Amino acid sequence: MNVDSAAQLPDLDALIACPSCDALYLERDIAPGETATCARCHATLEAPRNTAMTRIIMLALAAIILMGAAIFFPFLELEVAGRFHRASLLDTVRAFSSGLTAPLTIAMAALVVILPLTRFGAIIYTLAPMAFGHHPWPHADSAFRMAEALRSWAMAEVFIVGVAVALVKVAGLAHLGIGPAFWAFVGLVIVTVLKDNFMSRLTIWKTLDARRKS
Amino acid sequence: MENAGRAPQVLTAHAAGLVGCVQCGRVHRPDVMYCDRCGAVVTPPDPSSLQRVWAWLLAGLIVYIPANVFPMLRTSILGQTTDSTIYGGVVDLVHHGSYGIAAIVFVASIIIPCAKFVAIIFLALTVQRRVRISTHARHKLYEVVEFIGRWSMIDVFVVAILSSLVQLDFAASINPGIAAVSFALSVAFTMISAESFDSRLIWNADGEDYNNG
Repeated sequence: MNVDSAAQLPDLDALIACPSCDALYLERDIAPGETATCARCHATLEAPRNTAMTRIIMLALAAIILMGAAIFFPFLELEVAGRFHRASLLDTVRAFSSGLTAPLTIAMAALVVILPLTRFGAIIYTLAPMAFGHHPWPHADSAFRMAEALRSWAMAEVFIVGVAVALVKVAGLAHLGIGPAFWAFVGLVIVTVLKDNFMSRLTIWKTLDARRKS
Repeated sequence: MENAGRAPQVLTAHAAGLVGCVQCGRVHRPDVMYCDRCGAVVTPPDPSSLQRVWAWLLAGLIVYIPANVFPMLRTSILGQTTDSTIYGGVVDLVHHGSYGIAAIVFVASIIIPCAKFVAIIFLALTVQRRVRISTHARHKLYEVVEFIGRWSMIDVFVVAILSSLVQLDFAASINPGIAAVSFALSVAFTMISAESFDSRLIWNADGEDYNNG
């Protein structure tokens, strides 16, 4: 519902401002399954879903397990004229570690492994206590703020497209083997995308706030 | 419905003398520093924040130059070493007949970064000068820029995977070149530039703020 004039402003608790265009709305309860979008910029405001929290936690847990598999199983294998070379996920992260490109190693480790894991961890920390019906843990708001800030810096999906491009590049020159870690990583990307689709930032903030006060 | 075909007139938090939190949507009085729902810093839409956008954009543009001049990949086959730049790599791929991959690399590492620079410059300039053009188009453009920024990192990942995979000693080996560092920096800087852009300014620039328009 739009707010029409500054004269009739209600209590601040009853208002909500669109995070992407600042339009003011009167807050109303949105039923699970409904989606509230901004009338002006069409950004999604709230999208509560039944059992969304449990689903997000399960998906984040699955993502952490898949990341573990992706790190410890063989990733890719190259064979030319009887000579093998194996590369694990950590080998690709360490690819820049010699010479002047060494600082990129830290960036690679962060973008591909550490930041995605941090995000999953922070999301579980924020939502797990609430999904089981309790109050949020201390600093849950900092954890969730961090998870949101890291959203564009956790680049697992970009990495997997990079792998695909690299594979096609060398496919003509050598025989390639794809290890279980590759499929684990593909699974991780799918799970991450599903999880992010379930998450509605404003809904989580509202729930967090309400549960903290109760 | 006297304004059919135009964006509906909307009262913004700013025009109502309040501040909205960009993280969680909570509305505050203008003297509040931190949001009491999510703890984020609450700021009104402020045109001077564009300076940060310009600074990061400039940094991104500067490091994009060495990214194109210096070699991205160093390939040694049977003792012969060849360096290839980003553009050189695309040309090589075309010569080998891999048009699809050439197109992906060309789009991800040349077209997207350049288009992103142009798009951010366009958005920042039109918002700064309060140019009245379709806000919806600019909002769409901003969303595209914000979404697509991270995908330029593909090229850095490709270099990492190739150099960890193709290590067959004398027969063939691929090593990363110094351009990978400046390219990664350029992508990161433009991402920060796009993130520091306050999308609320796009709507304010059009004078859609309640009293005029």
